[in-house]
Amino acid sequence: MHELKQLSWQGLWKNNPALVQLLGLCPLLATTATLINGLGLGLATTMVLIGSNTAVSAIRRWVPNEIRIPIFVMIIAAFVTVVQLLMNAYTFTLYQSLGIFIPLIVTNCAIIGRAEAYASKNPVGLAAYDGLMMGLGFTLVLMTLGGMREILGYGTLFSGANLLFGDWASQLEIRVFTTDSPFLVAILPPGAFLGMGLLIALKNLGDNKMEAVFAAKPKPKNVQRARVTAET
Amino acid sequence: MNLLLASSPHQHNKRTTGQIMRLVLYALIPGIAMQTWFFGIGTLIQIALAVSTALVTEACILELRKRDFERSLQDYSAVLTAVLLAISLPPFAPWWLVVIGSFFAIAVVKQLYGGLGFNVFNPAMAAYVLLLVSFPLQMTQWLPAQSLAQYSHNWLDAFYTIFTGYSQDGFSLSQLRLGIDGTTMATPLDTVKTSLAQSLTYHESLQLPIFDSTVSGLNVAWSWIAFAYLLGGLLLIRQKVINWHIPLSMLVSLFAITLFMALVDGDRFGSVLFHFFNGSIIIGAFFIATDPVSASTTNKGRLVFGAAIGLWVYIIRTWGGYPDAVAFAVVIMNMAVPLIDYYTQPRVYGHRERSNKKEAKE
Repeated sequence: MHELKQLSWQGLWKNNPALVQLLGLCPLLATTATLINGLGLGLATTMVLIGSNTAVSAIRRWVPNEIRIPIFVMIIAAFVTVVQLLMNAYTFTLYQSLGIFIPLIVTNCAIIGRAEAYASKNPVGLAAYDGLMMGLGFTLVLMTLGGMREILGYGTLFSGANLLFGDWASQLEIRVFTTDSPFLVAILPPGAFLGMGLLIALKNLGDNKMEAVFAAKPKPKNVQRARVTAET
Repeated sequence: MNLLLASSPHQHNKRTTGQIMRLVLYALIPGIAMQTWFFGIGTLIQIALAVSTALVTEACILELRKRDFERSLQDYSAVLTAVLLAISLPPFAPWWLVVIGSFFAIAVVKQLYGGLGFNVFNPAMAAYVLLLVSFPLQMTQWLPAQSLAQYSHNWLDAFYTIFTGYSQDGFSLSQLRLGIDGTTMATPLDTVKTSLAQSLTYHESLQLPIFDSTVSGLNVAWSWIAFAYLLGGLLLIRQKVINWHIPLSMLVSLFAITLFMALVDGDRFGSVLFHFFNGSIIIGAFFIATDPVSASTTNKGRLVFGAAIGLWVYIIRTWGGYPDAVAFAVVIMNMAVPLIDYYTQPRVYGHRERSNKKEAKE
């Protein structure tokens, strides 16, 4: 049980693939112009992560160490193809708007990173759970960043939710404000970098605050200085 | 007897940061006066808005960073940034534009990087680029000079247009932009870029009414403004506030490339005069590229820095999507500054030449 808790904490916050490991930045920055785009890519990545972690963990005893990376990549590519075909079949418009970034999930370092660092050394159940938590952590960051950029850039939230959830979801769209001159930079790549920097800064700020609250009183520092001048 | 021993340097610079910044601000006055004369009081309103936003932002962020903001505000660096940004904006641009710009310049470009002396990018220019990329429409709504405009406007109109979008008589900004011939006037650079895109030749586009000077390729308002900034810039060099390296190398490199291109194909590429006295070359060379924090710090490096800016300005103006390019060129070269400084580091006095050092190593 403790292991599961630890895995959740690591995936969602402490070792978050997007905010701390800074892995998979390319899709992270490229697809987060809206919240739904971010959510779509996040869910796809999560599915791939769970699948690849499970598969890698299941075959870990038979994989020769020397050629493990090509094997992992092939497994990941297989799952990405599955996800890609599924999205093509069921969420076609979202599939089109995410474009090249769905096949590019193969190259997301967060996935091969988890396969290498965790799944190849741990039992199937735990590996799958790790994939889920890492994927959720990634998705949450994608959604936050997407939401920030969507509000600033378009003045809406959840626009295009029908692409992911079906027609009923088009009512989810919230119009925060209307403007004739949208803040274009938020939608453009520089906005993604600025937003990502701010998110990381906020996370670090939160960590520091928490540390300050929970930390025990620090021991007084005892600094010993070497004399550099002669005694008179 | 008590002998005071102090370590080097023994010769101190008499000027404080605040004094230098104030001198630069004074040197801007002739240019600002010219701009106000030709385009109306809008520029002054923009300056007031920018300065107040910048000061409030600076104070708030310094307070958040637990620094002594009263001392920092007295160095006038935030004021200078704000003024430089405000004079680059169209005089009748909506008020929120300059507020967003000054906030971004101070909060993100300057303070997030560590405050005065640590910013990688020129705050005013980075903010200008942000605004230009985000709000291209508002950022290009320059008015024609008063003498060329169809509808005249007074100082109250400036207030009304900046804060409500309409002048006292209910003219919108795009109506105010109409020239005497009833077509919308842009800046000279914009005009030429548009007509070149419509496959007119450069010389044909100079026949348009915006080029109202007796000298071919010049607009009266813009060339007077450039001259006024040139005057201010020369004063700064005379006062030794800035070195001559960056302005000179920037102007020389731009001069060389414009002359060459104009000689190669005078129908497609503008003349030297056209490039120098339209747009922001002069103010860019003397006031913007010379920012002591984000520019190169070695003399040789300054020459490289300025020359590269001149080159970029020409490339972006001629083949890029935007009519003017000083802001982009400066921001691009700001990124190259650490590298330039690394390769142009002057040798320590008395240190051996590099060739000797290599031999000694081997």
